[in-house]
Amino acid sequence: MKILTGNDLKSGAVVWWDGSGWSLHVADAVDAGEQADAILATESAARRVNAAYAIDGTREDDTVRPAHIKDRIRALGPTVRMDLTLKPADPEAGSWVI
Amino acid sequence: MYKYDSYDQAMVDTRVAEFRDQTRRRIEGHLTEDQFKPLRLMNGLYLQLHAYMLRVAIPYGTLNSAQMRVLGDIADKYDRGYGHFTTRQNIQYNWIKLDEAPDILADLATVEMHAIQTSGNCIRNISSDQYAGAAADELVDPRPYAELLRQWSSFHPEFVTLPRKFKIAVIASDTDRAAMRLHDIGIQIVKNAAGELGARFYAGGGMGRTPMIAPMVCDFVPLDQLITYSEACLRVYNRYGRRDNKYKARIKILVHELGRDEYVRQVEEEFAHLLTQGIEPPIAELERIVPFFADPAYDVAAPDTLDRSDPDFALWLDRNCHAHKQPGYSIVTISLKPVGGIPGDASADQIRLMADLGRDYSFDELRVTHAQNIVLPHVRKADLYGLWQQLDAAGLGTANLDQIGDIIACPGLDYCSLANARSIPLAQKISERFAAPERQAAIGELKLKISGCINACGHHHAGHIGILGVDKKGVENYQLSLGGSEGADTSLGKITGPGFDEDGIVDAVEAATDVYLANKQGGERFLDTYRRIGMEPFKDAIYAKEPANG
Repeated sequence: MKILTGNDLKSGAVVWWDGSGWSLHVADAVDAGEQADAILATESAARRVNAAYAIDGTREDDTVRPAHIKDRIRALGPTVRMDLTLKPADPEAGSWVI
Repeated sequence: MYKYDSYDQAMVDTRVAEFRDQTRRRIEGHLTEDQFKPLRLMNGLYLQLHAYMLRVAIPYGTLNSAQMRVLGDIADKYDRGYGHFTTRQNIQYNWIKLDEAPDILADLATVEMHAIQTSGNCIRNISSDQYAGAAADELVDPRPYAELLRQWSSFHPEFVTLPRKFKIAVIASDTDRAAMRLHDIGIQIVKNAAGELGARFYAGGGMGRTPMIAPMVCDFVPLDQLITYSEACLRVYNRYGRRDNKYKARIKILVHELGRDEYVRQVEEEFAHLLTQGIEPPIAELERIVPFFADPAYDVAAPDTLDRSDPDFALWLDRNCHAHKQPGYSIVTISLKPVGGIPGDASADQIRLMADLGRDYSFDELRVTHAQNIVLPHVRKADLYGLWQQLDAAGLGTANLDQIGDIIACPGLDYCSLANARSIPLAQKISERFAAPERQAAIGELKLKISGCINACGHHHAGHIGILGVDKKGVENYQLSLGGSEGADTSLGKITGPGFDEDGIVDAVEAATDVYLANKQGGERFLDTYRRIGMEPFKDAIYAKEPANG
């Protein structure tokens, strides 16, 4: 699947295109398919999200897994500070990145 | 240390107001990201993996306790309770919100700090010897010259759009503690045969994807021509440095392609021209600066003896304290490399504690080192035990300076948008593998440096053991190199061979240290043994112990 990601303009937080807006959670990402470029153009013009781009990913169980490790780290947070990730209570969250 | 005059303060305050307006216009949608990006970068504001990152300048790594306290307060107020001290003697915050960035700059300005020229293709923060003004082996304090260069390079209209970023280091001792020859320009303050002070210039060094050791380009520039010669070096680079390819845009490529002699010829020609233009600041300005760096009021009766009866204290004393030029005093390095910790990270509470200790024990002065540690430069030996107890209680008493646990590591793929692989987890695993103090002591001086990409922010080229993270088809892979050095004997490490995965690289490091211990003679350091016996014994052991997967 083709998923869209970028950083929120004001907070800089990593966000994912959920079909109607931008979510903090990669699990909300939807397949933008052939609309990816058009959505990126519209959203970039709206100036709410920085440096948005399209990546490959796969839907797995109840989440979406970006194809590249860099985007998986973006999705979770720094693996060396699990307390600062989106899943601070999940001791196994770091292994999802690898 | 240097105090802002009204011009300095006005420049910084004006920039805060300017950036506040630019930020407002960006948030309101009047500026695109393409328009805003160069403006935020001029103020040290990057967009990294998880958030905006702000890099704050700490000129030549020197700061007072009030400044250090504000750095701790910023970590609490605007970030997530910690900061990261960098290999450019600066500090970075990883979780900054765009609309709060101008407020941070305003807070910094209250203590004569800023983030100007911590990014972009300009002259970056000028670095120096972290022991400046205190070391027993220095000729003079190099910081007045670094300060003069800071003033010259700040907002220099010719040099705000160089072909690429530009880094300068200034030292004044033969023991190079600032990796001076791995800078775009390295300056060593020296004396000539007549006993006059001057500047020896090196140009064209650097790390990154094409590491180069800077050749000497002038052995003696009179101090009243320091700025003029610097300007000549920059002008030739600015005129002929490549702008068509960012990977070939650093001055090291120009010096390499022209050849050292031709570069020098062009610089000398430009220098001769500039001498007719009268651009050198009046010597009175240097004379105004020098007293800011005068020695503090040492206690000349301070005892030179120490009670070493506490073995843990004695261990820290031997590792982390350095000879001071003043009898009865010592230079203290606070390691930010606890076992299993994140190199260079310090919590807000730790930063404020170090600020207080600098105030109470070190004449209100602290330093940031390029090895991501903190120095208290002027501590009475009689105060060392009490100081160490407070540091130890706060997790800042690790005794590992220049040992294998004192690892330089860039933020790597955990934070950095440029990185290809994570650096910090490797540093944590290696420090845990070698956690035992007696084991580190047996290995002795061993500088291990890790970069998460070829940009080499972790200085891996200069590591006795260097590690470079690469992306191998989406999987982290690590190259090992041996034999780098950043000191007076600067050398570049050589890659051992195929790379390793995360666990394999830790085993490979251990294999390399085993070879050293089995082959060392007398007081040889790891680096000395490597230079004597060469790469082959290391390769044999490294690849026999852990088959490479790359």
